[in-house]
Amino acid sequence: MDVFLQTVVAGVLKGGLYTLIGIGMTLIMGVMGIINLAHGQLMMLAMYVTFVLNTMGVDPYVSLFVAMPLLFLLGVVIQKFLLNPLIKVETILPENQVLMTVGIGMVLTEIARFVFSSDYKYITTDYSNRTFYLGKISFSVALTIAFGIALVFTAAMFWFLLKTDLGRSIRATAQDKDAATLMGVNTGRITVITFGLGSGLVAAAGCLLAPVYYIFPDIGGPFTAKAFIITILGGLGSTVGAIFGGVTLGLAESLGATYLGMEYEDIVGLTIFILVLLFLPGGFKRLTKV
Amino acid sequence: MKKNLLPLVLLAVLALLPLAVKSNYFLHLMILFLLWVVIGSSWNVLAGFTGQVSFGHAAFFGVGAYTAGLLFQHLQLSPWWGMALGGFVAVLIGLPFGAICFPLRGAYFALASLALGEGIRHVATIAENFTGGMMGIMIMPTFISKVPYYYIALALAVLSVLSIRLVIGAKPGYYFVSIREDQDAAASLGINTTLYKNISLSISAFWTGMAGALYMNYMGFIDPNVVFSLHDYSVMAILVAIVGGVGTIYGPTVGAFIMVAFQEFFRTGFFGLFEYLGEKTGSTAISALGGAVQQAHVLGFGILVIVVILFLPNGVVGDWEKIKRNVFRINQAG
Repeated sequence: MDVFLQTVVAGVLKGGLYTLIGIGMTLIMGVMGIINLAHGQLMMLAMYVTFVLNTMGVDPYVSLFVAMPLLFLLGVVIQKFLLNPLIKVETILPENQVLMTVGIGMVLTEIARFVFSSDYKYITTDYSNRTFYLGKISFSVALTIAFGIALVFTAAMFWFLLKTDLGRSIRATAQDKDAATLMGVNTGRITVITFGLGSGLVAAAGCLLAPVYYIFPDIGGPFTAKAFIITILGGLGSTVGAIFGGVTLGLAESLGATYLGMEYEDIVGLTIFILVLLFLPGGFKRLTKV
Repeated sequence: MKKNLLPLVLLAVLALLPLAVKSNYFLHLMILFLLWVVIGSSWNVLAGFTGQVSFGHAAFFGVGAYTAGLLFQHLQLSPWWGMALGGFVAVLIGLPFGAICFPLRGAYFALASLALGEGIRHVATIAENFTGGMMGIMIMPTFISKVPYYYIALALAVLSVLSIRLVIGAKPGYYFVSIREDQDAAASLGINTTLYKNISLSISAFWTGMAGALYMNYMGFIDPNVVFSLHDYSVMAILVAIVGGVGTIYGPTVGAFIMVAFQEFFRTGFFGLFEYLGEKTGSTAISALGGAVQQAHVLGFGILVIVVILFLPNGVVGDWEKIKRNVFRINQAG
């Protein structure tokens, strides 16, 4: 029983981080209808930002305030100068934007490899390995803090999308781009802001993950995969769905790792992903309509 | 006839190449190029012509390679049997692949294929008793010289491009394109879209599997992370086709050439140009720059992909008219 509880706790804590990764993805996917296959790579950049700042003695949680604006700007630049121009050109495959994100991801990974080499980097803080106990269940301090911050960001995002003008415009664009344009929403600008926001959120995830994980250039790919699994689980464009998807994936991975073996961790996520695609297309969103 | 002239001349040059070029290094590059012609062209059938953008082609490549490897490992058969069976086994894997992915459209299809490709990699890693897991499979290459491999690769490339050309020029090809342009319209005109998507997938999987089987025979070593690699095969197949020209017969061939040439160009530091300049001028900065360039070969290709998508969205072959107009200043009227 203790093992089970411990597994669940570990899964939920990890799920908090996954939520943060997923929200950025789901926003981008919902608003622009494209998969951002550079999402994990953006997180990787944020981790390196954290790493560089850490060598100068800045705490990872403080570097959150540097990495997020930086990645927001990078996201804005990517959307404005690389992705938006593609809408206008005539091509055979409408997937050109997706393929562009593949190229961007490649370039980001290789730049990181160029600058930092392929070596694994670690950020060691005094709380990296610290744990505390509730009953017999141990909680990683860093992951618990990350979970808390992830919750705050998620709540803030939720409020932003529901209550502010900009948030409403984003949701309107996600629902029907043409109608939103007719209602006077500058959808071009909205896509730029959304990509920036998505990048900023995944940057936050990167900063939070940095103290408990190792950093290397190829870390982006697996996390991109996780991001879209979360998004499909939760449903496109759904913030609540991203929470559900993130926690489900976290739980599934950690249960899979405990009861099937470490090597099954990834395959569990992929299996759930394919099952959801087949039997619940539209994801969690379809059940709740949120 | 004029239309066929260029490919035929090219083919003749390729067929005579080993007589003129004795360098193993160069032949190795040519074999890689021919392998990529096969992979890129087969991806192009499914994605470029039928509109189903697959991110999971490494699955077929890996299955082809593992067919050859496992026949040797378990049955002590020559891995060349893999060349006979690899394609068919890849088609067998392709059918459930299609059953899962084809009800989905657009981005969902892409994601499902990506997940399946990754799933197969994990299965190959975990099923250690059967596949050898991360230990991989090692065989002794049959030929020491690279020339036989070169001709086999050339035959494979020619057969695949030719068969794809035949199919695309015939009725199924028109069905493929109609599915790409508007699936619902195609269905309402009485085209069995599921059937034709599966036919397209089978052709695509078959040739990719054959390329995998040849890879096993040529390289002599495979492991799941090599042949099922999302980045090295699934994504590269896409990029090769994109750079050359999606939905054109010879686009992937051009793309494969550009990709291999570009990577080698960077990897060797512009064929030793920097090293040479560094020695000539005695400047360490130039030598250092050369070293940096050598590490940046993937980066260079990534930037090329971005530039191509931005400015030549239909690839080098697809936008050839545009290139002629803008770069060479040749007017269509003149």
